[in-house]
Order: sequence, then structure tokens, then C-alpha cells
Amino acid sequence: MNETMKVDRRDAKLAMAHIYVAFIALALGGLAGLLQVLVRSGKFTLPANINYYTILTTHGVLLGLVLTTFFIIGFQFAAVSRTAGTLSDKARTTGWLGFWVMTIGTALTAFYILIGEASVLYTFYAPLQAHPGFYIGLTLVVVGSWLSGFAMFAHYAKWKKANPGKTSPLLTFMSVVNMILWLVCSLGVAATVLIQLLPWSLGFVERINILVSRTLFWYFGHPLVYFWLLPAYMIWYVVIPKIIGGKIFSDSLARLSFILFLIFSIPVGFHHQLVEPGIDPAWKYLQVVLTFMVVIPSLMTAFSMFATFEMYGRSKGAAGLFGWLRKLPWGDARFFAPFVGMLFFIPAGAGGLINASHQLNQVVHNTIWVTGHFHLTLATTVVLTFFGAAYWLIPHLTGRVMTKTMNRLAIVQTVVWAVGMLFMSGSMHFAGLLGAPRRSAFSTYGNSPQALEWIPYQIAQAIGGTILFIGIILVLIIVTNLAFFAPKGETEFPVGEVAETAERTPLVFENWKLWIGITVALILIAYTIPFIDMIQNAPPGSKGYKLW
Amino acid sequence: MHMHKYEKIWLFFGIGSLFLFLTIVGVSAFAQGNQPPSCLTTIDPEKVDQTPPFNKPGLVKTGDNEYQLNIVASAFAYTPNQIEIPKGAKVTINVTTKDVIHGFEMVGTNVNMMVEPGYVNSFTKTFNETGEFTILCNEYCGTGHHLMTAKVKVVDKQ
Ligand code: HEM
Ligand SMILES: [Cu+2]
Ligand SMILES: [Cu+2]
Repeated sequence: MNETMKVDRRDAKLAMAHIYVAFIALALGGLAGLLQVLVRSGKFTLPANINYYTILTTHGVLLGLVLTTFFIIGFQFAAVSRTAGTLSDKARTTGWLGFWVMTIGTALTAFYILIGEASVLYTFYAPLQAHPGFYIGLTLVVVGSWLSGFAMFAHYAKWKKANPGKTSPLLTFMSVVNMILWLVCSLGVAATVLIQLLPWSLGFVERINILVSRTLFWYFGHPLVYFWLLPAYMIWYVVIPKIIGGKIFSDSLARLSFILFLIFSIPVGFHHQLVEPGIDPAWKYLQVVLTFMVVIPSLMTAFSMFATFEMYGRSKGAAGLFGWLRKLPWGDARFFAPFVGMLFFIPAGAGGLINASHQLNQVVHNTIWVTGHFHLTLATTVVLTFFGAAYWLIPHLTGRVMTKTMNRLAIVQTVVWAVGMLFMSGSMHFAGLLGAPRRSAFSTYGNSPQALEWIPYQIAQAIGGTILFIGIILVLIIVTNLAFFAPKGETEFPVGEVAETAERTPLVFENWKLWIGITVALILIAYTIPFIDMIQNAPPGSKGYKLW
Repeated sequence: MHMHKYEKIWLFFGIGSLFLFLTIVGVSAFAQGNQPPSCLTTIDPEKVDQTPPFNKPGLVKTGDNEYQLNIVASAFAYTPNQIEIPKGAKVTINVTTKDVIHGFEMVGTNVNMMVEPGYVNSFTKTFNETGEFTILCNEYCGTGHHLMTAKVKVVDKQ
């Protein structure tokens, strides 16, 4: 294997730069989250005329867009450098350029949100119209991420050239799939921002087509969640087996599931638009069917994970149906945090099936149930996996080691997060079923008896959210320690090996023309006709409104 | 490519239930008519007040036990916002907006739809029980979003 065991110092710096921004976003976004749950409890009002929706925009942008994108790109730079060799100077410089473009974009967007010129939430649905600076900032974030994606593609191509006929390292392959996914989907959001929203906010055009802009947004919005999830899967598939001392169950199946995610996560945006006008329900149903296809790679992933755990436990002499559970390294935060994340993914996935169903969606659409759902998927499964990865990645990159005390604190952190989320997300789910809306400050809707029923849940939600905020403080303490204060030393970047029993990986997985071709074909099938319909039957466009 | 026997069984049942599930959703949608609100009618959002039926919003009797309820959403109110429906009525609710995107949720029912400028959205429901329902906006529309509400009373026919 052509593998460097340690990420080069210069590459490590690039990865760390991304990780710093990610955790700063976590700190500020977490504070906003705390304010939100307090406001929604009805027992607290924001001081000094601060607008609830300015806070909520900050929370959504910082945690949904900034924390995720920065952590993922930082992690993937480290992953490709570790598995496919040190980056070339050109690739690294492109990576730095990408970093600065994203960071400047983030600062610009955050500035316009905080001065109250862009309280449009992180989905920025027109015809609410933000300051042009908000859209320019977001464009820079996307363009910067593309630069980093190109650097990773170039690095992969260089590896392939140096190793003709060989299968690429698994983590590098997975990073490439994720960046292709990102590139293909972010073209949609780039199109609506650059062609529609920006010229409109600058006053070059007066009106824009609302449904087209929403459709382009959701063409991006659903694959976005897979862009968050796939790096967590990289850690589950490749890193966790090594941490527990086991082997990767199957290299081919891991690659197959990533390819399936690439193909099936894009032509499905209509499941976010199930209850909206202007789209024929038959097209909605087609996209619902395609949405559900991701169940297949998800089931494969679940099988793989538990197969790895069981194989390892049995190799250590575990007996009985579940004896292997006892052999797992429960005291190791690098394992424990992602494992708790996996457990949360079981109810989260079930909730996702409900959201995406044609009829059940009507019960939960835009209720706080949905917020409860993605605080399980994103804010628990993905985030706890990222925390678990930070516990070895940061000391690896900074040349330090995690102390026993910090490891113990990280275990506590995981438990705190799980308990806080159980309360917060649990009450969001229940209140949502009773009809409580998402994205809404506290309101009794004119003392409506139905709205009064939600209050106990909103109080439980505030208790859970406060516990979660303590979880954020704990993880920030750990991360700061690992980055600046932990003892110097060598920490491993764990990369699993494939089980001896697994077969050789066929090269077809790297036939990008084939996979991108299928992806594009499915997108065209799912979107062309409804999109033409939207344009041909378009109503008069909308002027911009600033209603906050 | 080799797959473990247990994985084949696992995927067989997984994919089997997936298709069963999609069939149920599909039959419910296409054979039983349980489609989500997807009205294709368009309207000029700046001329809502002049366009029938929204020039006279409210409940209109259209048949024996059939009604149309036409509602205009705008920041941050529904017109009308106090509605009485006779018990047992089959009501087609039509909603549109004069400005930004709004939501239209009747708490505790399946009436839940997006209201977007330029479009009418529509859903039909039969009200078999008397009682009071809260209507609220569940899509962010600005500072007063959480104050946007209306009330429906389902009453016994005299
Ligand atoms: C202290 C921890 C957290 C608390 C207390 C919290 C609380 C909340 C609450 C109450 C809402 C809904 C507000 C509303 O709809 O009115 C919300 C929305 C959201 N949260 Fe969190 N959250 C936390 C952590 C996170 C994390 C770690 C992430 C992502 C990594 C995240 C991502 C989001 C997103 C994307 C939204 C949607 C915003 C929108 O609808 O515009 N949150 N959060
Ligand atoms: Cu989705
Ligand atoms: Cu609203």
C-alpha cells in the first residue's frame, strides 16, 4: 500500500484552519440555539429588541452551512493526504485559496445577518429579499468549496496516474464521491443565487420566479444532507473498524453504497415540496420513489457496521447472540461518540421515511417535528461522529495526545449530548405531531387551546436545549485542549484494513463517466418536464419584500 | 461481487418492505385520491383583490353539502380570520397570497399546505365533528410570522 502514515505538517495546517472555523461556528451557533429554546419556552424574551428570526438565521447558517462545510473539507483534506499521499504544492495552495474564499464569504454573510439586513433564514426563500452582501457571501462560500473540491480531484488524479490499474485508497475514493455529489448539487443553489437572487437584490431585475428558485434550492437542499452524512459514513466504514481493532467488512460494498448515495440523493428535492402548488403530484411521487432508494445503501451501511462489530467481538472470544457487544471499547470516546450517533440514526431514519411519504408529510410538514428530525440526523448522528473524529484528528494534526482526563470528559460530553437531545428532539417530535410550527417565536395564537397544549413540550425542549448547550461548552473545552494544551506526542490517524475474507474490489467503481452519467440521466428524468412546466406556466414574478 | 448470506437476507427483506411501502403510498395517492395539495392554478399576486374568488374571500356554498372556502394570506394575517363551517360540510379550501410565501396549517388536521405568490393552493376536507380549529402560518414570512392566525368553528346545523 502506498500510504503515508502521517499527514504532512503543511497539509495538517490546512485541515486545522478549517476545523478552527468549524468550532467557532459551533460556539456562536450553539449560543443562538440556546436563545431559541429559551424564547420558545415562553418564559424569556430577547433583550434589546433583538429579532428572534435574526438569531434563527444565525443558528441555521452557522451550524447547517458553516460548521458542516468547514469540518467536512478540513477532514477530507486530512483524509486524502493521509491515504493518497502529501498534497502537491499546487493542490495545497488551491486548498488555501478555497479556505480564504469560504472564510471571507462566511464573514460577509454573518455581517449582514447580524446587522439585521438578512433575517431570511438559512433557506432564504424569495420573495423575502436580503441585502446583496448576504447572497455574495454565500456565493463565495460555495465557490471556495469548489476550489477545495478541485484540489481533491487533482490529488486523486495524480494518485491514479502514479498507480495505474490499482484501486484507489478507500478514504480518498469516498472523499472524491462526496465532492462530486457536492459539485453537482451546489450548481443548483449557485444558479438560483447568481441568475435570480443576486441580480434581483441589486435591482437589475424587478421580479423573480418563486417556484423556480425554490426548486433549484431543493435540488441542492436534499443532497446537502448527504454531503453532511457521507463523511460520517467514511468514519464509520474506515476509521471505526481500526479503532476497535477490527477489520473493514467489505471494501466493495462500502464503495457500492457510496455510489448509490451519489446516484439517489440528487433527483429527489420534490420531497421537500410535497405540499406546494404548481408541481404535478405524479412528479412528486416519482421523486418520492427515488428518495426511498437511499434506503438500500443505508441498510447496507447498517449491516456493515454491525457485522464489523460482531466479527471483532467474536474474534475476541465472545459467545452468544449478543456477547460481542461487551467486547467493544466503550471507554474510548473515539468509538463511543460515533456509536451513540449511530444509535440515534435508527429513530432518525424512521422519521425520515415518514417525512418523505406522500401523505404523512402533510401531517408533519413545517411543524417542529421536522426540526426534531434533523437535530437527530445532523445535530446528533453527524455531529457526534465529527466530535468523535476530532478526538483523534486534532491531536494527530497538532502533534499532541489526548489525555485520559480529556477522554473521560469526552465520554461525559457524549452522554450529556444524548440526554439533552433526547429531551429536546423528543419534545420537538411530540409537539410537532400536535401541530406546533417550526421557525416560529413563542406564540399562543390568541390563547388557542390547541397552542396551549404545546407549552409543556416547549419547556421540556428548553431544558433539553440547555443541557445540549452544556454539551457544546464541554466539547469546546476538549477541542481547545487538544489543539493547544494537550501533551505533545504522536496520535494515530486510524485507517482500517479490509478483512482477509473480503474479495478484491472491482475497478468499475472508479468508472466516473458511468456513475456521473447515470446521476445526470436520473436528474434529467426527474426534473426536466416539471421544470419546463414551471417556466411555461409561470405566473407573474414577485418583487422583493423586507418584512422584518 | 460477493455478498454475505445474511446480508442478502437482510437486503431482501429491507428492499421487499421498501417496495411494499411505496406501493401503499402509491395506491393511496393514485387509486384513493390522497394526493398532497398540488393545485396548478396561477394568479397575479398583485391583483389578488380584484381576482375572483379572492375579491370576496370567505365561505361559499357550491352544492348540497359542498362549500368553497377562499382565503387570502398576507403579512401577517388571513382574510377572513373567523370562519364558521356547518358540521358535515365538504369544504374545498383555496388559498393564495398577496406578498411573500406563507403556510396554511389547520392544527390537528391534514390541512397543511404552502401558499406561494402567483399560485392558488387547494385541499378538500369534510368536517364531521363540531369543534374549534386554529389556523396558523407555518412558513416563515417575517417579524409577525408567529402572530399570523385564524380560527375555524365547526358548528351544528340549525
Ligand atoms: C445547543 C444546541 C442546540 C440547540 C439548543 C438548538 C436549538 C434549535 C431550535 C430550538 C431550533 C428551531 C427554532 C425554530 O424553528 O423556531 C433549531 C433549528 C435549527 N438547528 Fe439547532 N440547536 C442546537 C444545535 C444544533 C446543531 C449542532 C446543529 C447542526 C449541526 C443545528 C442545526 C439547526 C438547523 C439547521 C436549524 C434550522 C433553522 C431553520 O429552520 O431556519 N442545531 N435549533
Ligand atoms: Cu430531503
Ligand atoms: Cu408566516
